[in-house]
Amino acid sequence: MNKTVNQKAWFLVLPVFVVVAFSAIVPLMTVVNYSVQDTFGNNQFFWNGVGWFQELLDPSTELGGRFFDALWRNLAFSAVILAIEIPLGIVVALSMPRHGWTVAFSLVVMALPLLIPWNVVGTIWQVFARGDIGLLGWVVNHLGVAYNYVLDPASAWITIVVMDVWHWTSLVALLCYAGLKSIPDAYYQAARIDGASRLAVFTTIQLPKMRRVLLIAVLLRFMDSFMIYTEPFVLTGGGPGNATTYVSIDLVKLALGQFDLGKAAAMSIVYNLVILAVCWVFYTVMVNADAEKKEVEA
Amino acid sequence: MARIVLDELAHSYKPGPKGPQDYALKRIDHVWRQGGAYALLGPSGCGKTTLLNIISGLVVPTEGRILFDDRDVTRLPTEARNIAQVFQFPVVYDTMTVRENLAFPLKNRRVEASVVRRRVEEIARLLGLSRVLDRRANNLTADMKQKISLGRGLVRPDVAAILFDEPLTVIDPHLKWQLRSTLKEIHRELDLTMIYVTHDQTEALTFADEVVVMYDGAVVQTGTPDALFERPEHTFVGHFIGSPGMNVLPCTVEGTTARVDGQTIPLAGAYPDLPQGRRIELGVRPEFTTLAAKGAGLPVRVKRIDDLGRVRIARVDLGGRPFAATVPEGVAVDGDEASVILDPTRVHIYADGHLVAALPAGATAA
Repeated sequence: MNKTVNQKAWFLVLPVFVVVAFSAIVPLMTVVNYSVQDTFGNNQFFWNGVGWFQELLDPSTELGGRFFDALWRNLAFSAVILAIEIPLGIVVALSMPRHGWTVAFSLVVMALPLLIPWNVVGTIWQVFARGDIGLLGWVVNHLGVAYNYVLDPASAWITIVVMDVWHWTSLVALLCYAGLKSIPDAYYQAARIDGASRLAVFTTIQLPKMRRVLLIAVLLRFMDSFMIYTEPFVLTGGGPGNATTYVSIDLVKLALGQFDLGKAAAMSIVYNLVILAVCWVFYTVMVNADAEKKEVEA
Repeated sequence: MARIVLDELAHSYKPGPKGPQDYALKRIDHVWRQGGAYALLGPSGCGKTTLLNIISGLVVPTEGRILFDDRDVTRLPTEARNIAQVFQFPVVYDTMTVRENLAFPLKNRRVEASVVRRRVEEIARLLGLSRVLDRRANNLTADMKQKISLGRGLVRPDVAAILFDEPLTVIDPHLKWQLRSTLKEIHRELDLTMIYVTHDQTEALTFADEVVVMYDGAVVQTGTPDALFERPEHTFVGHFIGSPGMNVLPCTVEGTTARVDGQTIPLAGAYPDLPQGRRIELGVRPEFTTLAAKGAGLPVRVKRIDDLGRVRIARVDLGGRPFAATVPEGVAVDGDEASVILDPTRVHIYADGHLVAALPAGATAA
């Protein structure tokens, strides 16, 4: 077999090279470039090697300290979000109607929060939770509970968590609902004939059929909550103190607030790697679960 | 173990049904004998599955009662009736092994573990599942899964009847025979009432001692496969059972002869009480009709001859209507002109689709 050599073929892939270069490689390399240098403004840069990375990954330094604080805070936030939204989404999906006009109605209602832009969600809750004019804040305060998301870290955390649950539980519920819809009626009928309890129906029929969509839901909610920025930025700006300063908020403070481009670039890269690592873990788990299923089916 | 009685049962999926057209299931009175093998045969949408779901308790009927022996179970939920049902698509619990699947109905009913183990092994042996007992249920073929569904019904010692809702739809043709004979064996061995829903006449006729034919929400005939074949009580039964189906021709009847398009057809009996103003039809199966040379019987025009293997069936044109007749050995047709001879004892007369009983020919002489 003789392959014809035709260098003109390169022109066909050139558009892809250009697009990828400008959309991914050049910006990424800019960040890599910043991460190994220091600047005092005036577009003057000084070589710093891996200095920023050493500082960033050492919790005893000022930079490392704040990075790890934000990282743990963010991981805790994601854990709380998953622990609430996944079970709640399942419960909501289970209680959604399966037949009739109420299906369309509940789907629309469920989808509404998903259609609202992030900064609008933040603004809505910022007003809603205010103690003086916000309906929620005013009511809670008048019930005798000391609640102020501007001054009290616990209040701020609760507000952000509740806001995120309000915004994103629908997504989990809709995904689970799709999984539930794929179960033929015969399964429920067979379970009734077999005398299965409600709990047994859930664990033996519904949960196994929802497993794949649940993995996707967990992945999406983890990624989103781990990269959360807009809503807490609008609501609390990362405060009170640093109580709600998650990694992305800290990153923006560092890069645009303090204009520490080198430190911010190093933090960006590490942040990115953490996300990639978690993605990889999820991906492996999902592919393995699939492979196991295939092997079982074969 | 139970006799199942349907007492003036009817069901409508619409609230407040007004006329018969609103009923998915028109009034049915029927008794399913203990230990009988029944087939419920009819085209899609005729109400078979509705009837089955009413018996199993998945649907509560709009009217009437269901009795198991003499206990009224009309409003009892499925789990409180001793009924098992096998569905069109095999239902297995994916995460469990075959053994756990079979034990599931017993576990839910809190049966003692040693009893469960013995029972599961017994049923697995009966169904030929012993070798796969410890495999995951979802790595098996469709016919194995269907056996597991069946096994979950059989495993309960108290089961009165097993209902099958077109259980062989997704099974490979060469396995259908095997599974069907397994069912028959189990039926003989366990003395269970079995009700088998299908739209496949071969399945119904080979499985059942008694076939219940449904059409448009009503039972049109109940009988042995032979009776359905030889004496269809409704033209629908004639069409639906047999391949090809019964010939049905509009006619008029005078004494012991029927007239079809000016041709006379002798009948074995007389029909003095034929209702007026009804649609009168004559029905005869192709098996009881033979093709002959021109002039020997009713003149027909031959369109084609199908060789079905065991017999040859002539598709002919009788006075502008399609008609099917058996071609006997040694009959050769010259050109397309021929005739058909009908066996008078096998010709039935129908009024508005329902069979009319004949009086012996002698009784009409007066």
